[in-house]
Amino acid sequence: MIAPFFFYLFAIMTVLSGLMVIISRNPVHSVLFLILSFFNSAGLFVLLGAEFLAMLLVVVYVGAVAVLFLFVVMMLDINIDEMRQGFKQHMPLGLVVGLVLIVELMLVFNHDVSHTNVLAVEVTETRSNTAMIGDVLYTNYLLNFQVAGLILLVAMIGAIALTMRHREGVKRQSISLQNSRRRDETIAVVSVESHVAPNILEDSRAANKKLQ
Amino acid sequence: MDLLNIQPATAEIFMALVALGLVLASAFIQPEAIAAKFVRRVTVATMLLAMWMCYHNGFMPSYAFNGQFFTSPFMVYMKVLILLGAVGILLMAKREFQGESIDRPELPLLILLSVLGMMLMVSANDLIVLYMGLELQSLPLYVIAAIRRESVRSSEAGLKYFLLGALSSGLLLYGASLLYGFTGHTSYDGIKLALENGIHPGAVIGMVFMISGLAFKISAAPFHMWTPDVYEGSPTIVTAFFAVVPKLAAMALFIRFTHGVLGDAVDSWQQVIVIIAILSMFIGAGGAIMQTDIKRLMAYSSIAHMGYALVGIASGISSGVSAVMVYMVIYVISSIGVFALILSLKRDGRAVTKIEDMAGMSRSHPVYALAMMVLMFSMAGIPPLGGFFGKWYVFSAAIASGQVALAVVGVLASVIGAFYYIRIVKVMYVDDETQPIDQDIPRSNTLIALTSAIMMTGLVFGLSFLRETVQATVPFVVFVAG
Repeated sequence: MIAPFFFYLFAIMTVLSGLMVIISRNPVHSVLFLILSFFNSAGLFVLLGAEFLAMLLVVVYVGAVAVLFLFVVMMLDINIDEMRQGFKQHMPLGLVVGLVLIVELMLVFNHDVSHTNVLAVEVTETRSNTAMIGDVLYTNYLLNFQVAGLILLVAMIGAIALTMRHREGVKRQSISLQNSRRRDETIAVVSVESHVAPNILEDSRAANKKLQ
Repeated sequence: MDLLNIQPATAEIFMALVALGLVLASAFIQPEAIAAKFVRRVTVATMLLAMWMCYHNGFMPSYAFNGQFFTSPFMVYMKVLILLGAVGILLMAKREFQGESIDRPELPLLILLSVLGMMLMVSANDLIVLYMGLELQSLPLYVIAAIRRESVRSSEAGLKYFLLGALSSGLLLYGASLLYGFTGHTSYDGIKLALENGIHPGAVIGMVFMISGLAFKISAAPFHMWTPDVYEGSPTIVTAFFAVVPKLAAMALFIRFTHGVLGDAVDSWQQVIVIIAILSMFIGAGGAIMQTDIKRLMAYSSIAHMGYALVGIASGISSGVSAVMVYMVIYVISSIGVFALILSLKRDGRAVTKIEDMAGMSRSHPVYALAMMVLMFSMAGIPPLGGFFGKWYVFSAAIASGQVALAVVGVLASVIGAFYYIRIVKVMYVDDETQPIDQDIPRSNTLIALTSAIMMTGLVFGLSFLRETVQATVPFVVFVAG
């Protein structure tokens, strides 16, 4: 009784927030609705017993992708009215694409797809699927996992190599240099004659000379 | 298949560990110039060591990583060739890196990681590993194409390469998913077994998509559009790398995929490869004629060469495979030589890449002009130079498999192609010098160019040895039971 209730709750919220993504006037609101729809989809995954996918969805899509979207949307100066132009014009095409998709989905549901060679693995264990994925990820698929790590490393090196610049003339603080300064490197005692008006320029020159 | 049997992959693991160490080292070594020098030298040393490890480990066909990694004499041959190509390019790199103000530790490091990806690609025994290796191979290439940040051309090259490369990865992945869907396996062995029991049309569509994605990586027509722009925009040393090393890896993968995995489904893919080969040969030959920039010309030349190599694959017989392997050896040696010469073309310390800049080189640089002439004639396929034998073997494989028309078309295309190679020789020997080319040419470049020219001249004597070595590896493209 409680599962259908949550299913309909999550499903309706996903569809509604998906709708709000495309109809809200403010792009920041769109991204926030996108995050809401991600959360609801994660809820649907939990109902299906795929809690690992649900976690991934939240961590990857909400934690990284949506935040990135938010940054992009906030940083770019998007003229929303300009983007809305042609909405009505492209509407029929969009509807046709949507219709094709719905028909395809219905065909898949009505058609028995089990004749293909791909078989679902029967779950006999009572362990969580996170633990089971962990079991194979670090054993059978170790190579793929490690290479994926290397690819991410390359992406990081690449991003830094292509964007980081050492600008000239930027004053940076170097704490180790500051700490290792000694007194005689920085302070010079200059004897100033009394009864004479001090010549600041001369004195500072003498001090610099002493330091060098 | 022992789970933790990683011994066959020693070379790859070693390279990955060194790469990780170099990331740290390049962050801590100051100033940058010293870090760059350090990373460059360690990279060369690592590749040489990895070559020895491959050679040492690989002659027993063996699996690693739960059967996802496979090594055999064929892989050793290809990996050693890949590593040799990369070392050859890096040996010429010192002056280039400094001259083009790209002397940064990231560049050799990315080359090392890319080569690691290529080796994984060659050894992959599973569609997932294949894709992982391919991405590890391509991502660093996109970055090093754009490494000269202040140059708009270089950034454009990087962006173009990245976008079209992503498209090709998409094609390949789509094909892989179809192949998985219709055979039920991601492992090569599983797919091969499933295809023996009948080929579903869906699997054929998957094959064609995967072949398209791979054709993109070797820049075969009609997936060649990115090549001239990327070659022209990238720094020349990077172009040299692009022209040699990734081609080898992708061709090895092509051989393994078509003759290994799909070895029983020759009829399903043969037509596609015949078409790709013919288009590449003609577009490569035709496109090069109008070029004035030698880097663009080399791009079209590489498209044509990939076409000739594909003729061998299209034959669908094992002598075709050995012909492709011989062809690739010759292509790699002569390309490295030509790029060593192109890299030496400087005027007042600045690189020049126009063909007319080479005018009158026979008088000012007689040895260079001679080496270039030998290499150009070899690429054009004039006997008794090396390039002739490469073409001879692929065309005779095509005839042996009954595809006489393909061989005839190939010979026609190579006649057209000979025109632009000979044009360069004509510019060097007949035209008058306009502005002099710099006299000081680094010794390493001279050495590499001359070695390559001499090898092309003397190949006729080593031919039987090369052919026997290659033929011995061919049975190991296909799977060894176990």
